[in-house]
Amino acid sequence: MPMNFETVEVTTDLLIIGGGMGSCGAAVEATYWAKKHGLKVILVDKASMPRSGAVGMGLSAINLYVGLAEGKNTVEDYVKYVKYDLMGVARDDLVANIARHVDSSVHLFEQWGLPLWKDDDGNYVHEGRWQLMISGESYKVIVAEAAKNALGDENIYERVFITEPLIKDGKCIGAVGFSVRENKIYVFKAKAVMCALGGTVGVFKPKSTGEGAGRSWYPPFSTGSSAYFTMKAGAEMTCQEIRFVPIRFKDAYGPVGAWFLLFKSRATNALGENYMVTRADELKNWGKYGAAKPQPANLRNYLGLLDIKEGKGPLFMRTEEAIANLAKVYEGDEKAFKKKMKTLENEAWEDFLDMTIAQALLWAATNVEPEVRSSEISATEPYFISSHSGGSGAWVSGPEDLSAGTDYFWGYAQMTTVPGLFAAGDATGACAHKFSSGTHAEGRIAGKSAIKYILENNTLIEPDADVIEQMKATIVQPLELYEAHKDFSTDPSVNPNYILPKQYMFRLQKIMDEYVGGANSNFATNKASLDRAAELLVFLKEDGEKLAAKDLYELLRVWENKHRFWQAESHLRAVAYREETRWPGYYFRTDYPTLNEEDWLCFVNMKWDPQTNEWSVFKRPVINMFGVE
Amino acid sequence: MPSFVITEKCDGCKGQDKTACMYACPNDLMALDKERMKATNLDPSACWECLCCVKACPQQAMDLRGYADFVPLGASCVPLRGSDSIMWTVKFRNGMTKRFKFPIRTTEEGSAVPGGNYEVTATDINSIELYTEPASMKMPIWTYKK
Repeated sequence: MPMNFETVEVTTDLLIIGGGMGSCGAAVEATYWAKKHGLKVILVDKASMPRSGAVGMGLSAINLYVGLAEGKNTVEDYVKYVKYDLMGVARDDLVANIARHVDSSVHLFEQWGLPLWKDDDGNYVHEGRWQLMISGESYKVIVAEAAKNALGDENIYERVFITEPLIKDGKCIGAVGFSVRENKIYVFKAKAVMCALGGTVGVFKPKSTGEGAGRSWYPPFSTGSSAYFTMKAGAEMTCQEIRFVPIRFKDAYGPVGAWFLLFKSRATNALGENYMVTRADELKNWGKYGAAKPQPANLRNYLGLLDIKEGKGPLFMRTEEAIANLAKVYEGDEKAFKKKMKTLENEAWEDFLDMTIAQALLWAATNVEPEVRSSEISATEPYFISSHSGGSGAWVSGPEDLSAGTDYFWGYAQMTTVPGLFAAGDATGACAHKFSSGTHAEGRIAGKSAIKYILENNTLIEPDADVIEQMKATIVQPLELYEAHKDFSTDPSVNPNYILPKQYMFRLQKIMDEYVGGANSNFATNKASLDRAAELLVFLKEDGEKLAAKDLYELLRVWENKHRFWQAESHLRAVAYREETRWPGYYFRTDYPTLNEEDWLCFVNMKWDPQTNEWSVFKRPVINMFGVE
Repeated sequence: MPSFVITEKCDGCKGQDKTACMYACPNDLMALDKERMKATNLDPSACWECLCCVKACPQQAMDLRGYADFVPLGASCVPLRGSDSIMWTVKFRNGMTKRFKFPIRTTEEGSAVPGGNYEVTATDINSIELYTEPASMKMPIWTYKK
């Protein structure tokens, strides 16, 4: 073994990779069924579970609660909402499967100790139709605690970064990775693998390029590992063109949900005009989706962006107006008015302190009291997050009772097209708006399904020894490259023999931003730009072989960037393939500027072939399954 | 740098096998210099300002300095996290101070039972009911009737 690395081999029945909400759901569910059948479940996390993943900081709301038992909504209502928000491109079966189980996850969170806001009658306080308000600073701590209690500490590997899937005869038989704290390489052998490694941040150049680059809206530690792991396994992917661009409080990216939904705030341009009103006619250009209520997120973005383009910015969240409106009913009763104002102030600050502390600090540093003055809002850079209003991820099987007899079913719910490889959360595509709670529910579904797969395919397939040796060498190669050449120049950070991960990431971000419709290109692109990006990405991919690391910390960054690259490349391929503009507020094809329902109301799917190293990109039909059209 | 360590207060979590901040950081940014017994945030531009490290520090040796490229100096946002609530002291650049207290959990730390104390009736690996269902759904599991 090169460079003094110890190899640790771990054999299990089910391997769960990732420690976020999806994996925690999978852990709780899978261990129950595993114990019944004498099977073993292992979980690997690149960080530590109480604070890992996108919910680690906390959240101020649960964005998906259907309220089925309360009779508030139906599963079909939710499918329609998701499908229209994504401009018709969603899998009815996957969305419905999450919707029918998600309330269960929320009820479990409450039992475990998550404080959900209640009204005077003991009912949950809704932020909006699908959203519940919570005091969620410890949301992830609590959910991880239940998962850890289910698994047992001895079955959890923290601070181990998974680099590659293990594949044999087309099946997923484990994963390899390395410890980010000690010189150890891990080889996990399993009968099934559940992948929930998050979305992708840092593919596009961020608007803040100094320290503030860390204040990405989605966490900087979501680095495309789900996309990489599933693609490298040979899984079919879907919706890789559907990135997400949120509109958020400017610079610190504080959440807008509570302001729009709970406080009923307006967003206006600098002239005080509400672009959703003044530009309402534009919505007619976007088919039946433009008429949907609420309007799809990407169309709301688009109308705001049109105002900016016309020089009517900045845009503002009218916080002072919203708070004044809410307190108005108490005018005349000074005591009640003061009390209401105090409550609203508390709620406004908790919203940020629970989930985006940087935004609270920015308010304080700029002397903003939300009840006194408005705050700027702005579009962020693009992200890959299928759990929110995005779509990119693996193409997975639906559940038998909903999907059997269609092209959406191949035996096991949540299984990718690679036997033995399951996925949840940001790792699965075409089932948006699951958020934290739906991701947990999806993890539960995947956890049970993976155990069923193991019971019916109960053989451990040993990886080939030479494949393992090759993978181990590949993992540490960036350290060896650095060691071999670092003394050639007096400053090891400028050296013609290698490239360091940070500069590699900057190069990727510059290409994607300038040619593939990043924030600095007004999210616009065309074929000529995409062709140019494709040329430049070839050089970057080749130079990826020369990524170097001086220590384990930098080795982690190297591997994160190798993963990130694949999300970028697959995105470029999908955007180039889809010859229309369907989500104008996410990206705009200037050479195909309109919606084309006849040719493009479909999924764009793709696959990288591990045997031939070739990509194929193709269409899959959107099937209307539950009378939702 | 977004989260930072106050030299004087940090004791490197002496006597423990890993520092609290190194355990907490979801982005693996905290490193301990064992000679000085002081921790440092390795890369401010990769810090999400989640403050998991600040909340975890047993010495209260960590604080937040806003991203220098867009946050004016002079403000602070200091958490004090207990077992059931968190207190925040927010100081404005102009000197104003606001204090907030929010609940963080309703149960005792460590007590989360995986099944949430719901009645467990699911025994069939082929059924659509998950582990705690239907009890945790409070209704039968929906399916589509064609």
